[in-house]
Amino acid sequence: MVYELNYKRYSEKAILIEWPSKIDENILDNLVFCKNQVEIHFYEVIVEVISSYNSLLIYYRFTIEDFYSEVFRLKSLFSDGSETGSRKTKLWKIPVCYSSALAPDLEQFAEMKSLSVDEVVRLHTTPIYKVYFIGFLPGFLYLGGLNEVLFHPRKKTPSPKIEKGSVAIGGNQTGVYPVDSPGGWYAIGKSPLSFFNASVEECCFVSLGDRIQFISISEKEYNDIRTLVNENLYTPTFKLESWEK
Amino acid sequence: MGEVKLLTSGFRTSIQDQGRFGFAKFGVPRSGAMDLDSYNRANLLLGNDENSACIEFAFQGPVLQFFEESVVVLTGANVIAFLNGDEVEMCSPFKVNVNDVLKIGMCKNGVYGYVGIMKGFLTPLVLGSRSFYSPVTDTSLLKSGSKISYKKKEVFTPKFSSISVSKLHEKLIKIEVLKGTEFELLSRSQKEVFYTSNFTISNTLNRMAIRLVEKLENQLPSMLTSPVLPGTIQLTPAGDLVILMRDAQTTGGYPRILQLTESSINKIAQLRMGKQLKFILS
Repeated sequence: MVYELNYKRYSEKAILIEWPSKIDENILDNLVFCKNQVEIHFYEVIVEVISSYNSLLIYYRFTIEDFYSEVFRLKSLFSDGSETGSRKTKLWKIPVCYSSALAPDLEQFAEMKSLSVDEVVRLHTTPIYKVYFIGFLPGFLYLGGLNEVLFHPRKKTPSPKIEKGSVAIGGNQTGVYPVDSPGGWYAIGKSPLSFFNASVEECCFVSLGDRIQFISISEKEYNDIRTLVNENLYTPTFKLESWEK
Repeated sequence: MGEVKLLTSGFRTSIQDQGRFGFAKFGVPRSGAMDLDSYNRANLLLGNDENSACIEFAFQGPVLQFFEESVVVLTGANVIAFLNGDEVEMCSPFKVNVNDVLKIGMCKNGVYGYVGIMKGFLTPLVLGSRSFYSPVTDTSLLKSGSKISYKKKEVFTPKFSSISVSKLHEKLIKIEVLKGTEFELLSRSQKEVFYTSNFTISNTLNRMAIRLVEKLENQLPSMLTSPVLPGTIQLTPAGDLVILMRDAQTTGGYPRILQLTESSINKIAQLRMGKQLKFILS
């Protein structure tokens, strides 16, 4: 699919490219294709590319002298927008313990939605979520695919501390807090995995474009996996997926 | 190997270099020195590699004791500093000997001061940078009692004996900006405000953001979370104008009204609460 893209000069060294303003997997796939093209072919002139639901921000090493020729170069790079060949992404199985002991807001959230805790868990673990980007905090995944039934406005007053590993819901989004942080989302579960590890270059094991499924586990399994994670002995499970176009 | 100990910490004291690049895709902010001009000046005066780490402090400097010979320089906001009781000049490298104590006082004006050392301070490199930022580095701040390593002094051949720096003495500081991504969503009268009004730095200023006193009422539509950079000025639904700085998050959900030029970011970093500014839109 070919999209009408908006190219804007963001700063002396940055260009912003915008897709239509929607959360849409087809848009994401095209965005990821373009991001990869820039990273491979413009490697020598860029510092990095930041992405979000529908934008790419390309940060160059040097001041962009001629914005319009640079846009032309980018357009030429993207002109083969119908991506051919195959790409591999991963489908991660993320263990989550949905228990009140570990998730302070679980019962309150279920009550607010007039659902049983079991129903909340079923609705949260059924979808396969798409990773749209990582932002807000190091390792904070922006996921698409939350079931509408679970949508709920953020807390009016944020909690001063949502613990690391908390799986939470806010607005029409769900995600995992990679570190302790204040926040306005409802903590409905806790994952024993570590979503951000500064001691390795690939500091977040999940990538843009990957998919995620939450798997409900018991408190005992939570503790067991946590012990392994703390000793660096746990590798998150995933399934390799191939996309042919 | 030398070591310097903080006898007192000063305020918001940390280690900073040029910043952490290449990890924004994991949500890791750039960090790095708030006033890169003054930071670069310190390394230039010492003949250091340009990414050598410095100590950065805000408003109040630390008291440092050195346990090995080296050469040190102070740049950034003006401070009165004493090496063992003898006053030292800003922007002018000076030798430190074993057990020397450097007392750095309060900033007379400006916000951020820098202590540079020959070959740079050697805290661990985390994701390619020494800049402090929790949770990437273990801590965001240096505390009283903290110890930092540095290389013992080698032959020092200064290229400059000192550099004179023009300071921001004007009453109304000119800040160069570009129009932000969402600038065109503003009404004509709202845009006028940025061309004609003066703005004031509020008391909310830190490494993540600087808020302006003046508010701009608006009904701008909410937008999808989008990328941001240091220097991006956001306009919140409540009307606040927030200038994102070095530790700001990599993405944000508020309209981006203006974008500071790189040199403006360094300039605005040094403005204290109450300082007035005017935007120069290009």
